[in-house]
Amino acid sequence: MNNREKEQYLREYSLLKNKGEPFFPYTVYKDGIMAIVTLAVIILMAVVLGAELGPKADPTTTTYVPRPEWYFFFLFELLRVVEPPSLVFLATIGIPTICMVLLILLPFVDRNPERDPRRRPIAMLAGATTIAAMLYLTVLGATAGAPTEIELATSPQHEQGRSVTAASGCLGCHKFGESGGQLGPALTKVGARLPRQAIARTLINPTAPMPSYQKLREDDPEKFDRLVNYLASLK
Amino acid sequence: MNFLPRTLQRRSGNGQAADGEVETGGNGQVEIPGALRRGPGRTGNGNGNGNGHSPGDGDGNGKPGTGLIDKKALVEGATEVPISVAGWLDERTGGSSVARAVLYRKVPKHDWSYTLGSAALFAFVAQAVTGVFLAMYYDPSANRAYESVQHLTNDVFLGELVRGMHRWGATVMIVLIFLHMGQTFFYGAYKYPRELNWVIGVVLLVLTLAMGFTGYLLPFDQRSFWATIVGVNINASGPIVGPYLADFLRGGAEFGSATLSRFYAIHMLLIPGLLAALIGAHLYLVIRLGTSSPPWTRAVKKRSYAHEEI
Ligand code: HEM
Repeated sequence: MNNREKEQYLREYSLLKNKGEPFFPYTVYKDGIMAIVTLAVIILMAVVLGAELGPKADPTTTTYVPRPEWYFFFLFELLRVVEPPSLVFLATIGIPTICMVLLILLPFVDRNPERDPRRRPIAMLAGATTIAAMLYLTVLGATAGAPTEIELATSPQHEQGRSVTAASGCLGCHKFGESGGQLGPALTKVGARLPRQAIARTLINPTAPMPSYQKLREDDPEKFDRLVNYLASLK
Repeated sequence: MNFLPRTLQRRSGNGQAADGEVETGGNGQVEIPGALRRGPGRTGNGNGNGNGHSPGDGDGNGKPGTGLIDKKALVEGATEVPISVAGWLDERTGGSSVARAVLYRKVPKHDWSYTLGSAALFAFVAQAVTGVFLAMYYDPSANRAYESVQHLTNDVFLGELVRGMHRWGATVMIVLIFLHMGQTFFYGAYKYPRELNWVIGVVLLVLTLAMGFTGYLLPFDQRSFWATIVGVNINASGPIVGPYLADFLRGGAEFGSATLSRFYAIHMLLIPGLLAALIGAHLYLVIRLGTSSPPWTRAVKKRSYAHEEI
């Protein structure tokens, strides 16, 4: 906007303001109604949906698959979309940071004096695309098959091992086929990379941030063996 | 302006400045509102007219004294109390001219989408109030946090309701902020002269999301614990500052009880303080610049306006 356009806007605006209404009661009335609606919605959600409290945090159990609040789903989903591990930092920090910087810069980049959405096709397109992408990622995150399921063909002898694995929280960080997180390396073909012994060693003595499965081995050696055998069978 | 409270009217000694937001100059030209004008020439802040106006003097309610208890005078005197209290405060703070400028300023006609910002503000206040009650019962130590939330949820009168309100209030606030942001985007309200308010808004959005992240850990159940570990690890994967940020959040290299008290302090002191201050700045700018008017409204009908352009 150049100076002429700025002055034109200010003149137009002061005319409109002059023809407007006093903040009290005109705006206060509308805002007040909206505040009551907001409070009603909050109370309704609190009563209907309640405040659940799961089992107490236990750093030694590993059977829990982390799931963030719904408004972080789109960030979480980015992790699944980006494939190569060397680019993970792009998904986790890079893209969100770039988006924030772009958002901040918006008023300085878009200097078109036009404000009517019907005459700002590019801005509208960009806005609609952003909203669609975020909604899409959020829905993906919300409907992503229960993160405790492994959808890989399994021979009957490893059926049990598969359920142990699925229930042990590995999917929170590792990919098995299509499902699973991106924090750790994919395990779809781990059996081809590592011998059985090496897998067991990693489970007992992992590198951070992976939790140790030592406790599982002590409590239920049979289960632990099933887990290791299943992983070793993934080729 | 006849709905002005009496004190406010009395106080507005300098005539036209009371509704002097936008003055129409003599030759039919409309001037730019004071707040948007550069340099000197701003009028009507009521400076220098306070002297000699002690509240309640000289505007015709001095009844001829009869010596008897006059019931009517008593009632009238009683109704004067709030006014003279307001007058007393005003004489010392000058608050009424501020209140008047804020409350009776003119705003362009607008639609209901302009209530989204104030609804977000209301949600923030609701979070603050319910949060204070939660803090009365919450114990931010790794051993006791879960039990204190359990006690609050199951035993304390209305505890579950307040916790539910805080929890779902967060969702409502985030939704309202996104809608408010969308509204200001589609209405082009981020353009001159409101660019800075957009920038502050983006920071408010980030801070509110950070509230959601830090608050999620506090109940210290399985879900919140593991989700937060992953969240912090995601921070750690960031370039350069990532590992430091993760260490800061964890309160060390390990995820432990230091982490919980850290999240608690960030969630209920650091970020709310920043939020409140920035919301203040946001609102200050809204008042100073005025709320935008919907972009399809025109002050003058198109043709005569085009004529004036030449
Ligand atoms: C804690 C969060 C926020 C609160 C409490 C808040 C509050 C408000 C209020 C009360 C108004 C005036 C009424 C209105 O136009 O709605 C306003 C205006 C505005 N807000 Fe926000 N806001 C928040 C976040 C944001 C965000 C995230 C953005 C954008 C990135 C933003 C950008 C703006 C702009 C540009 C205006 C001027 C709109 C106009 O004059 O029409 N705000 N805000």
